[in-house]
Amino acid sequence: MGFADFAFYLFAITVVTSGLFVVVSRNPVHSVLWLILAFLSSAGLFVLLGAEFVAMLLIIVYVGAVAVLFLFVVMMLDVDFAELRGELAKFVPLAGLIGVILLMELALVFGVWETAENATALRDAVTPAMSETQNTAALGELIYTKYIYLFQAAGLILLVAMIGAIVLTLRHRPDIKRQNILSQIYRDPAEQMELKDIKPGQGL
Amino acid sequence: MADFLTTGPGIALIIVAQCLAVIAFVMISLLFLVYGDRKIWAAVQMRRGPNVVGIFGLLQTVADALKYVVKEIVIPAGADKTVFMLAPLIAFVLAMISWAVIPFSDTWVLADLNVAILYIFAIGSLEVYGVIMGGWASNSKYPFLGSLRSAAQMISYEVSIGLIIIGVVLSTGSLNFGDIVRAQDGDYGFFSWYWLPHLPMVFLFFISALAETNRPPFDLPEAESELVAGYQVEYSSTPFLLFMAGEYIAIFLMCALISLLFFGGWLSPIPILPDGPLWMVAKMSFFFFMFAMVKAIVPRYRYDQLMRLGWKVFLPFSLAWVVIVAFFAQYGAFGGAYARWAVGG
Repeated sequence: MGFADFAFYLFAITVVTSGLFVVVSRNPVHSVLWLILAFLSSAGLFVLLGAEFVAMLLIIVYVGAVAVLFLFVVMMLDVDFAELRGELAKFVPLAGLIGVILLMELALVFGVWETAENATALRDAVTPAMSETQNTAALGELIYTKYIYLFQAAGLILLVAMIGAIVLTLRHRPDIKRQNILSQIYRDPAEQMELKDIKPGQGL
Repeated sequence: MADFLTTGPGIALIIVAQCLAVIAFVMISLLFLVYGDRKIWAAVQMRRGPNVVGIFGLLQTVADALKYVVKEIVIPAGADKTVFMLAPLIAFVLAMISWAVIPFSDTWVLADLNVAILYIFAIGSLEVYGVIMGGWASNSKYPFLGSLRSAAQMISYEVSIGLIIIGVVLSTGSLNFGDIVRAQDGDYGFFSWYWLPHLPMVFLFFISALAETNRPPFDLPEAESELVAGYQVEYSSTPFLLFMAGEYIAIFLMCALISLLFFGGWLSPIPILPDGPLWMVAKMSFFFFMFAMVKAIVPRYRYDQLMRLGWKVFLPFSLAWVVIVAFFAQYGAFGGAYARWAVGG
């Protein structure tokens, strides 16, 4: 067993184990931490495949951004998880049923799965030779030439989702005090303070 | 012996030795950085700073580190023990492993990744976890608030740091540090480096680096007048030492990044002098001096000001700069100063 095999089994076992612990751990914060470990190990698998760019993006996007948000939400939630766990037993039959149905559907799909004869050739035709170009350059060339419209469409969909979220949550409340940064910056010290001579016993 | 070094175990041995060399370099510089930081700070405030342990107090940090190690580790009641102990380890280890891709000279680099910048960025985005986990696991109000602040701050400034780096990457056409530095090699020495074409971004990067590493004036996570010491409140002894060491290593890494991205890494500023790792160390030390000076002379920001600066000033500005650099590079403006793709991949 070479080093690559060893690394593969290490990462694969870590992914599966941490995935399991995401589900079974009692504390939701621990669940998210296990999830992060799962992401990291799958990034390791990508590195083994020679897709180091995708591996780094996986870490940056999922671990660095998405999982942080998860963690924020989970830490802020004030839910009694022991109580939730107590009610869990009620739903086990339903959950088991859904699981079995999904598994059967997957089995059905894989049973009749057929690959078109020219599929491999079609894929190879657009992929630059990996011995000549680097991963990053190859991806960039594909995404920005051949798949530019799909790429831009995906970007637009994300933009629409973002604007939608902003529109849904943005409320302008006129009744609260706001800072006007510009007016604060442009305050003139000479005009803000006035020196007065006060005669003794008179006051202003 | 020479035969052994080409076999599997021999190569592994060489790699381990190289790792140890980098770790030793970082740890030893850490000792003197903390000392230097305190001395510079003291000098600005007209104090003497550490001056008792060793000659000129040079061994003060060693004494401090020893003291931390021999103290008792206090784990607060109700703390999540595993996560509590894991957090400082994560903070320290992540700060340490970023050094794997930092080149010190043309050939002195531990791992010559072709996605080195992404690697640094990925590890940097993981560093938030040490802080969040530490704050949450302490089971206490101030650490939690401090860790939330810190996480929000680090995520905000990562965005602008990423965009600034994209500008440099666009100019080079490679994500490899070696290529980025080689692209800055030119006939004019100091003036061929990227700081000149990317001048506004040098300042933005420096300020973002301050915010990203929670250094003053952006040390709000540990604003002691509001939050005692932020996410580190409940930490004592070695875990605290690990947090602090991790923070300093991250700062030193930022110094290395500025030197590599904008100031030509190991290249010599004067064309007739030879290039070499000493230039790299000198540049890193200079930027650490700048970090220390900022800490000494700039008052702390308010939290809303910090967020406004990150999202409403730095983000649009660096985004616009990426577009400008893309245009300059594409149309070869300024004699191709923005497009040095010949060197890169």
